[in-house]
Amino acid sequence: MVAVLALRASTRPQSAGNPMFFQALTFQLGYNATLVTFGATLLGIAAGVTGSFLFFRKRALVSDAISHATLPGIALAFIVMVSLGFDGRNLPGLLAGSALSAATGLFAVQWLASRTRLTEDAAIGAVLSVFFGFGIVLLTVIQTMSSGQQAGLEGFLLGSTAGMLYADAVLIAGGGALALLLVAIFRRPMMMASFDPEFARASGINLDRTDLIMMGLVMGVTVVGLKIVGLILIVALLIIPPVAARFWSDRADRVVLIAGALGGLSAWIGASGSAVAPNLPTGPIIVLTAFAIFAASLLFAPGRGLLISALNHRKFQRGVHIRQGLVSLAQGQAIYEPLTLRLLQAQGLARADGVATEDGVARASRVLRDEKRWETARGDPALEMAAARYDGLTQIEDVLTRDQIDHLDARIGPPRGVTP
Amino acid sequence: MSGAEFVPLSLSPLIIGCLAAVACALPGNFLILRRQALIGDAISHVVLPGIVVAFLFAGTISATAMMLGAAAAALLAVAMIEGIRRFGRIEPGAAMGVVFTTMFAGGVLLLELSDTSGVHLDVEHALYGNLESLIWLDATGWASLFDPTALAGLPPELFRIALVLGLIVILLALFWRPLAISTFDEGFAATLGLPVSTISLGLVIISALAAVAAFDAVGSIIVIAMFICPPAAARLMTNRLGMQVAWSVLFALASAVAGFVLAGYGPLWIGGTNSVSAAGMIATVSGVILAVTALAGPERRRVT
Repeated sequence: MVAVLALRASTRPQSAGNPMFFQALTFQLGYNATLVTFGATLLGIAAGVTGSFLFFRKRALVSDAISHATLPGIALAFIVMVSLGFDGRNLPGLLAGSALSAATGLFAVQWLASRTRLTEDAAIGAVLSVFFGFGIVLLTVIQTMSSGQQAGLEGFLLGSTAGMLYADAVLIAGGGALALLLVAIFRRPMMMASFDPEFARASGINLDRTDLIMMGLVMGVTVVGLKIVGLILIVALLIIPPVAARFWSDRADRVVLIAGALGGLSAWIGASGSAVAPNLPTGPIIVLTAFAIFAASLLFAPGRGLLISALNHRKFQRGVHIRQGLVSLAQGQAIYEPLTLRLLQAQGLARADGVATEDGVARASRVLRDEKRWETARGDPALEMAAARYDGLTQIEDVLTRDQIDHLDARIGPPRGVTP
Repeated sequence: MSGAEFVPLSLSPLIIGCLAAVACALPGNFLILRRQALIGDAISHVVLPGIVVAFLFAGTISATAMMLGAAAAALLAVAMIEGIRRFGRIEPGAAMGVVFTTMFAGGVLLLELSDTSGVHLDVEHALYGNLESLIWLDATGWASLFDPTALAGLPPELFRIALVLGLIVILLALFWRPLAISTFDEGFAATLGLPVSTISLGLVIISALAAVAAFDAVGSIIVIAMFICPPAAARLMTNRLGMQVAWSVLFALASAVAGFVLAGYGPLWIGGTNSVSAAGMIATVSGVILAVTALAGPERRRVT
C-alpha cells in the first residue's frame, strides 16, 4: 500500500515543486524521518492545546523561562553521564536532566513571583537569562572536557532532526503521543481553571494542582520538543497556535481544538520541510510555518480577521453616511460631504446637485420618523435600556415591539410632512 | 599577575563588560517598574535578524550598518507587537511571544541560508558573544594607558558602548522627573500634560540602543540578564527610585567584574586549564546576587 502510494506520488505531476517535500509530508521519506515527522505532529498538537490554557491564563511567557531553564540540565546530564563512563549523548538521560532543571527554573519563577515583591515578568526574565547563562558556562566546560563528544549539544539550541538515531525518533514519537494523551485526560479541569478560576474552585477543582498539571504538561512538551524545535524556539509552538486559533472562534473549547490542529499542522509541515533541508535547523522552519498560519488567521479569519473587520467597518461607514444624508435631505439641509452625496447618488436617492429623488424623499421621511422615534424613546425612562442600542444605523423596529412603537407614535403625534 | 599580561588581555574586555552591564541595567530599572521587563528579552532576540539583514545589504560587518539594522528591527518588533495587540486584541505577553520568536527564527534561517562563512557572524556568537576576544594588542603594560598610539588600538566596541552609556546617562538625567512620574503613575503624568506614550516609546528606544550596543560587544544573554537581574535585585533593597538605580549600577558592576574574573581565572583556581564563557558567568553571578537579595534583601517582601 505504501509502495503504491509512493508510486502514485512520484508519477503525479508535482505542483508543489519539490517531490521530496511531498514525500516527507506523506510520511514516505524513510523510517526515521517518518517517525520524527509523526512525533513532531503529535507534539505540535499537544503544544497547541497546552499553550491555549497558558494563553487563557495570560501566562504564555512562563513557558519561555521553562524552556531556557533546560540548558543547564542538559549540560549537567552530559557531564554526569560522561564522568560515569556512559555515552554523553544518550537522549533519555539528557531529557531527564533537562526536565529536572526546567522544574527548578519553574519553581524559581513561582517563588520569586509569590514570595518577593518582584512581578512575574521580572521573575521570568531573571530565571531565563540566569539559567541560560549558567548553561552556556557549562557548555564551555564541556567543550574543554577531554572526552569531548560535544558535537550535538548545540543542536538542542535550535533543533535538528538530521542524523537522529532510531531510538531517539521512537522516544520523540512516544513522548509526543504521551503528551497528547495527558492533555486529553486533563483537559476538563484545565479548561475550567483557565477560563473561570472562581467557578472552577466552586466546582471543587483544586486550582493549585491544576496549575501544577498545566505547568507539568508545558514542561513535558518543552522537553520532548527540545531535540526537534530547540530550546530557544519551542516556546513559539506553545504561543503562536493558540493566538492564531483565537481569531477563528470566541468559544474556549473550540479555540483549544483549533490551536491543537494549527500546532499539529505547523509542526507537520515544518518537520517535513526540514527533512528536505537537513542542513538547516528545524526549529526556525517550524516557527516560521506557524507564523505564516498566524498571519493568515490574522488577515482572513471570519469574525475577528482584519479583512472582514475592514469590510464591516466600511459597510457601517457607508450606512451611516447614507442615513445622515437622508436625515439632511428630510430636513431640507444641504449636503456638503462629497462621499455622502456620491453614495446617495449611487443608490438613486439624490441627484448630483443634492436634490432628493422621489425615492429619496420617501426613504428620507422614513429615516426621519425613525430618528424621531429614537429621540422620543431616549426621553422615556421605561425605554432607556433599549434606546442605548442606538448606533446611527439600527432601525427602531429591530429593537422595540410593535405596540411600544405605537405608544411612541402616539406621543410624537400625527405626521407633519417633509420639508421639500 | 603583572600589568604586562593583565592590561592587554583582560583590561579592555573587563571595561567593556562593565560598561555594557551598566548601560543595560539603567533603563532596566524603569522597565522592571513598568512591568515591561520582557521587552529587553524581546529586543535582544529581534536584534539578530536586523543585524543579518544589515549584513546582507552592506556585504561586510560594518558597525554602523549593524546598529542601524538592529535598531530598525527593534522598532519593527515594537510596531508589530502593538499592531497584533490592538488589531488582533491579543494580550501583550502573547503578542510579544509571537513576534520575537518569529523574528529570531527568521534571523537564524537567513543566517544559515546566506554565505557568512567568511565573517564572524553565527548564532552562537549572537547568543553569547565573545567578550574574551576583545583584547587590546597594542598595550604592553599599565603605561600604555597614557600612550596615545596604544590607546588608538583599543577595540572599537569599547568606544561605541562608552558613547551609548554616556548618551543613556545624559538622557536619564535630563528626563528623570517625567520618566519617574510616568513610571509610577501614568494617569497622573497624563493629567500633568506629560506625553506619556512618547516617554514610553522613548524608553523602549533607549533600551534598544543599549541592547544593540551591548549585543555587538557581549552577546544577547548578558543583555537580557543585565536588563533584569541587577534592577530586580536593587528593587529588593530599597523603596526609593534613586537608591534603586544606584544599587542596580553597583550590582551590574559587581556581576561584570566578578563574572569576568571567575570565568577567566576561576577554573584555574580549582585545577582546570581552560577558562569558561565570560558572558555566561556574568549572567550567573547576577543571578546569584538576585538570589541573595531575594532571600535577605531588606525590602524583599510585597508591600501589603
